[in-house]
Amino acid sequence: MPLTGIEIYKHLPKTNCKECSFPTCLAFAMKVAQKAVPITQCPYLSPEARAALEAAARPPIHLVTIGADKRKIEVGNEVVMFRHEKTFYHPPGIVVRLKDTTPVEELKRRAQEIASYQVERVGMKLGLDGLALENASGDPSALARALEAVDGQGDLPLVLMAGPGALAQVLEKVAPRRPLLYAATRDNWEAMAELALKYKCPLAVAEPSGLEALAGQVEKISQKGVEDIVLDPGARDFASSLVTLTQIRRLALKKNFRPLGHPVITFPGEGAKDQEEEALLAAQQVAKYAGVIVLDRFSPSLAYPLLALRLNIYTDPQKPIQVQPGVYQLGAPKEASPLCVTTNFSLTYFSIAGELESSGFPSWLLVCDTEGLSVLTAWAAGKFDAARIAKTVKEFKAGETVSHHSLILPGKVAVLKGELEEELPGWQVLVGPPEAMDIGGFLKQHWKN
Amino acid sequence: MAVVAEVPVEKWVGQVHEVRLGGNGRREVVVGGETTLPFLRFEGALPHPPVVAIEVRDREPRDWPAPLSGAWGDALKDPGAWAKKATQFGAEIICLRLASAHPEEGDTGADQARRVVETVLGAVDLPLIILGPEVPAKDNEVLVAASEVARGQRVALGPCVEKNYRTIAAACLADGHVAIAKTPIEINLAKQLNILLLDLGLSPDQVLVDPSTGALGYGLEYSYSVMERLRLAGLTGDKMTAMPMFNTVGEETWRQKESRAAGGMPPSWGEWEERALLWEEITAIGLLHAGSDIVVLRHPRSVEKVKRAIQALSGK
Ligand code: SF4
Repeated sequence: MPLTGIEIYKHLPKTNCKECSFPTCLAFAMKVAQKAVPITQCPYLSPEARAALEAAARPPIHLVTIGADKRKIEVGNEVVMFRHEKTFYHPPGIVVRLKDTTPVEELKRRAQEIASYQVERVGMKLGLDGLALENASGDPSALARALEAVDGQGDLPLVLMAGPGALAQVLEKVAPRRPLLYAATRDNWEAMAELALKYKCPLAVAEPSGLEALAGQVEKISQKGVEDIVLDPGARDFASSLVTLTQIRRLALKKNFRPLGHPVITFPGEGAKDQEEEALLAAQQVAKYAGVIVLDRFSPSLAYPLLALRLNIYTDPQKPIQVQPGVYQLGAPKEASPLCVTTNFSLTYFSIAGELESSGFPSWLLVCDTEGLSVLTAWAAGKFDAARIAKTVKEFKAGETVSHHSLILPGKVAVLKGELEEELPGWQVLVGPPEAMDIGGFLKQHWKN
Repeated sequence: MAVVAEVPVEKWVGQVHEVRLGGNGRREVVVGGETTLPFLRFEGALPHPPVVAIEVRDREPRDWPAPLSGAWGDALKDPGAWAKKATQFGAEIICLRLASAHPEEGDTGADQARRVVETVLGAVDLPLIILGPEVPAKDNEVLVAASEVARGQRVALGPCVEKNYRTIAAACLADGHVAIAKTPIEINLAKQLNILLLDLGLSPDQVLVDPSTGALGYGLEYSYSVMERLRLAGLTGDKMTAMPMFNTVGEETWRQKESRAAGGMPPSWGEWEERALLWEEITAIGLLHAGSDIVVLRHPRSVEKVKRAIQALSGK
């Protein structure tokens, strides 16, 4: 949250000595607030004032990194309550919990399965982000064995769920991977904080008895010097998770309340009766403010929709997802199947693709690069004209894909028909319906093979 | 060391209009009335939790994928039986789609509409939402007929769209129904259509907003944000955006390939039925958190799961 000029002014000497080259301290403060000059231009700033100003300029939600290599999880540093106000920046890490009571071979298999899970959407490869390994046995050597088992299986970022005793025995080896230590509680916080400091690992702080108690706990741990903190407020069910995570986000963003200015870890499996409910609770938490989501159950049919949701919610509303230009297959089209053309605005693509998919006509869909604009907007902006469509037809060799050389144009740009036929000798241009939802009916009427 | 954390509480000045469906001997459902964002009970009133409607079609759907049609069996052949079964499965409203009026689906007219609406009204005592085939001329024809048959039962009729709202709005006025104002995922258009409807004489408790529903992976984020913006605008005092919202979730999700595809899909998509159900349920959960007051679903299990989530969220 940027500081206002007045807030900065409060920390200045207020002597108006002009050495900063401004007539007054206040004038200088205003320029600093606009980021036009650095605060260091005032030579009389006390170290305390400088520290206070730097602290106040920190992001209201601390950015926490879990993991050390390419596949690390970075969460926090969000700036808004609602995605339309700007965007959500750091998608929650979705990790799956394994327990050290599971036989080693099974652990290996599951870790491998989770690490290699990948699904593709709009040209993006989506996957899970990490493993949570729980010392469910209570036996430190079992945790060490389990770690060894998952080691090398994709090397996903780790959440280590264990007490200080067990952690002390494994951290020497695993600390370079920067696992999240879960969790400092009322009883063990000093030992956990020491481990986090010694091994430079992020630390989760669990305190289920209310936000003030949690904040107090975080304060104590911060004072020990631990900075990378993840919160577990203990909210497990639908209602308490929504309310608690909303309150934490509001306190951080609207009150700049430091103790709760950290990402939150959730455990949807602990508040759910079955796998389906766990997925729904996780879905809520994707939309409403989780930083790390620990799933108890993994299955592809659960992971895929959750990852799709995360992609939706964390898309920058100012920059709509664009679809890669090219020729897309809907159903299993043959060379005699219809060929439609549209823009690469994702919503346009999805609405026409969805209609073609359910139309009963397997089809080809040629997607033009219109820089993410919809049909009419792109046309008005000169990014969806006859020349550009013709160029795309040639670029992706649509003429070799279909035998009929007929191209179905969106009805909203019917005016392009003549010009497009000139640009594409040998092609016939059909004017489709203006609305995507009518394409099925249009094909039924006009597409006879 | 006691730390004081003063949770910011939003003092909204606006309230979502309450809209009543049914009554007059029929079961009554009221939606709306919220004075805060979805399910944030610590700072405002949420007098009426969102409700789940089940979609019933006037003609057996030909293209429903097996996990969906299998859940309904022969009931799909008969709208009355279908509506009864939907009631048993926990529907709070029946959302009747007069699909056969579509020129491509049979081009039936007012007579068929009258018959089907009568059948469904007679079969169940739940309130009704009646949707046309979304072809303007046909919508006018069948919805006006439906409106007459359902006079006094306070059903919701839609869609009213920018280019075609007068006839349906007039029917709502004449017969005391509720209009569903549908706009293409855009806050200003939604507001403008509400204004047009109220100008015609409908009262604010006679309008539901259908902001257009994007399914998970197919534009959900647009619906989600437009709904959050509409709700925020309503709560900050703009009465023209403070209508309860309505989402055809089942219709949108079950036509996507994630729900339809029987085979030949990548293994990372997982098991078909579970994936298809979650596609519907997660879309519903997302939109409920953005402010939906009525979600229309198709699969009985989705109905059960989504209702349970709403109960948990509403503390009921
Ligand atoms: S140099 Fe510092 S003290 Fe002097 S006028 Fe500028 S801000 Fe004020």
